[in-house]
Amino acid sequence: MLRLEGLTKRYPTGDLALAGVSLHIPAGQVAALIGPSGAGKSTLIRCVNHLVQPTAGRIYLHGEDISRLRGRALRRARRRMGMIFQEFALIERLTVMENVLSGQLGYVGFWRGFLRRFPAAVVDQAFTTLERVGLLELVDKRADALSGGQRQRVGIARALLQNPEILLVDEPTASLDPKTSRQIMRLICEVCAERNLAAIINIHDVALARLFVPRVIGLRAGRMVFDGAPEGLTPEALTQIYGEEDWTQTTREGAGPAGSEADAPAHREVAIDRDRLAGIR
Amino acid sequence: MPAAARTWSPPPLIRNPWLRWAIYLGALGYLALALSTVEVSWLRVYEGLERGRVFISAFSSPDFTSRADEIRQGMIESLTMTLTSTLAGILLAIPVGIGAARNLAPSPVYYVCRAFIAVSRSLQEIIIAILFVAMVGFGPLAGFLTLTLATIGFMAKLLAEDIEDVDPAPLEAIRATGAGWWPWLNYAVQPQVMPRLIGLSLYRLDINFRESAVIGIVGAGGIGATLNTAMDRYDFDDAAAILLLIIAIVMVAEYSSSHVRRWVQ
Ligand SMILES: Nc1ncnc2c1ncn2[C@@H]1O[C@H](COP(=O)(O)OP(=O)(O)OP(=O)(O)O)[C@@H](O)[C@H]1O
Ligand SMILES: [Mg+2]
Repeated sequence: MLRLEGLTKRYPTGDLALAGVSLHIPAGQVAALIGPSGAGKSTLIRCVNHLVQPTAGRIYLHGEDISRLRGRALRRARRRMGMIFQEFALIERLTVMENVLSGQLGYVGFWRGFLRRFPAAVVDQAFTTLERVGLLELVDKRADALSGGQRQRVGIARALLQNPEILLVDEPTASLDPKTSRQIMRLICEVCAERNLAAIINIHDVALARLFVPRVIGLRAGRMVFDGAPEGLTPEALTQIYGEEDWTQTTREGAGPAGSEADAPAHREVAIDRDRLAGIR
Repeated sequence: MPAAARTWSPPPLIRNPWLRWAIYLGALGYLALALSTVEVSWLRVYEGLERGRVFISAFSSPDFTSRADEIRQGMIESLTMTLTSTLAGILLAIPVGIGAARNLAPSPVYYVCRAFIAVSRSLQEIIIAILFVAMVGFGPLAGFLTLTLATIGFMAKLLAEDIEDVDPAPLEAIRATGAGWWPWLNYAVQPQVMPRLIGLSLYRLDINFRESAVIGIVGAGGIGATLNTAMDRYDFDDAAAILLLIIAIVMVAEYSSSHVRRWVQ
C-alpha cells in the first residue's frame, strides 16, 4: 500500500535526517515507528505527504509514484493520507465541527468551505465520525475549550474525514496523560482495523507501542535498524535502536545474571514492560 | 577595621575630556547663536495671548447654530471620508498584508509589498494630502485618497506582522489535508488573525476620523476645511463648536471600539 524506496532527506542545514529508508506497509497494517530523538521519525512521515520535500528516493502509494508530484496532483495525493499531530494542530478559534470538516477541504470547492456549506453526506459523515470518537455532544464547542484527549480525538476525526487510505501519526500521545494515551492509541488502532487503514505511528513509548501494534520499525540516525513484530524487540534490538546508554538505564532492574543468555531476553522483556508501565497504571 | 569609604561615579559618556568639553561648549554656542536669530516680536506675542484668551473663552459659548449647515456639511463629508477610506483601505490592505508576510508570500511578492508599505508609511498624511490636493483638486476626494493610502500602509504592516506570528501547526495540518491555497488561507490563517484585524480596523477608524479633521486644513475637505474657514474668519465660537464635536465623536468612537475589541477576543 505504501512503499518507500531509498527515501533520503538532507535538510538545507546539512543534517542528514533520513539515509535511504526502504519499507513497505501493506493495506490495513499499523506499524509503530520508534527511535531516539532526532532519528528522523517525523521527517519520514512528513516526507511521505511532502510537508517536507525528500531529497532522494521514491514513494509509492498503491503502486503510484507520488515522489515528484506538485500542485493539484500533490493535493490529490495528500488527501489520501490523514495526518495526526502531537500538539493536535487544531484551529483553536474554530468549532469542533469546523475542525473536523476541514478534513474535507481537499475535496470540496472553495465556496463550500468558505461558507461552511459542506455537502449533506459530508456533514453526516462528520457526525458519524464524531460519534465514533466520542465527541458528539461537543460539536459546537470551540477547539480551544477542549482537553488534550478531546483535542486529539478531534484531530483523529479530522484525519478520518479525509477518507484516507493511510494515517500518518506523529507522536499522538506525547502530550497526554498515560490513561488518555492508551485510549487514544486504542482508538487509532481500532479505527484502522474498522476501515482497513494502514498507519505509521511515531511513538516514544515502546511499551505502549507493543501493547497495540503488530509491527515495529526502528530508526536510528536516519537508518532502519529494526523491522519486525514487537516480540522481537529484545534488549539487543533496543540497544541497536536507542544505543547502549539509554538501554542499560531502562533495564538495570530486570537484567538477569550475566551469562544466562538463553532466558535473559524474555525475562528482561517482562521487566521492561513492568518498568515502562509503572507510570501508566 | 572598616575599609576606607570608596567612591564611585558613573563613567562619562565621552571618555576624552577635551572632546567632551568641546562638544558641550559647541552645543552651548550653537544654542546661543540660534536663539539670537529668532526675532521675538513681543507685541505679537501679546496680541496672540489676547486672541488665545478670546479663543479659550469661546469654548464657554460655542456656537453650533449660526453656521449649522456648514458644520453639518463638513461633518458628513468627514464621516463619509472616514468610513469609505477605512473600508477601502482595509480591503486593499488585506492582499498587501498577505503579500508582505514572510511565511505566506514568495520572495518577489514579499519585497514588492514591503516596499509599498515602507513608502506609504514614510509619508506623513499631510504630505500625501497636499500631493493629492494638487492632483485631484480641493475637496473630499483628495481626503479619501489620502486616508485610503495611509490605511493601507498601516493595516498591511500590522496584518503582515500578525500573520508572521501565527501558530504554524494548523498551517501544516490544513496543508496536509490536501486543501488548496484559498481554503488553506481561510481555515488555517484567517481565524488566527481575525480578532486582531477587527481590533486594528476599529482603531484605524478612530485615527482616520481625527486625520480627516487635520488634512481638511490643507484643502482635503471635511470638517477640517470648515474649521479652517472658521479660524480664518476669527469665528472662534464656531471653531469651538467644531472642536467640541470632534472631541465628542472621537470619544464615542474610542469607547465603542474598545468595547467591540474586547468582545471580539
Ligand atoms: N526543519 C528542519 N531543518 C533542519 N534540520 C531539521 C529540521 N527538522 C529536523 N531536522 C533534523 O533532522 C533530524 C531528524 O529530525 P526529526 O524531527 O525527524 O527526528 P525525530 O525522530 O522526529 O525526533 P523526535 O523524536 O525528537 O521528534 C534531526 O537531526 C533534526 O535536527
Ligand atoms: Mg518528531
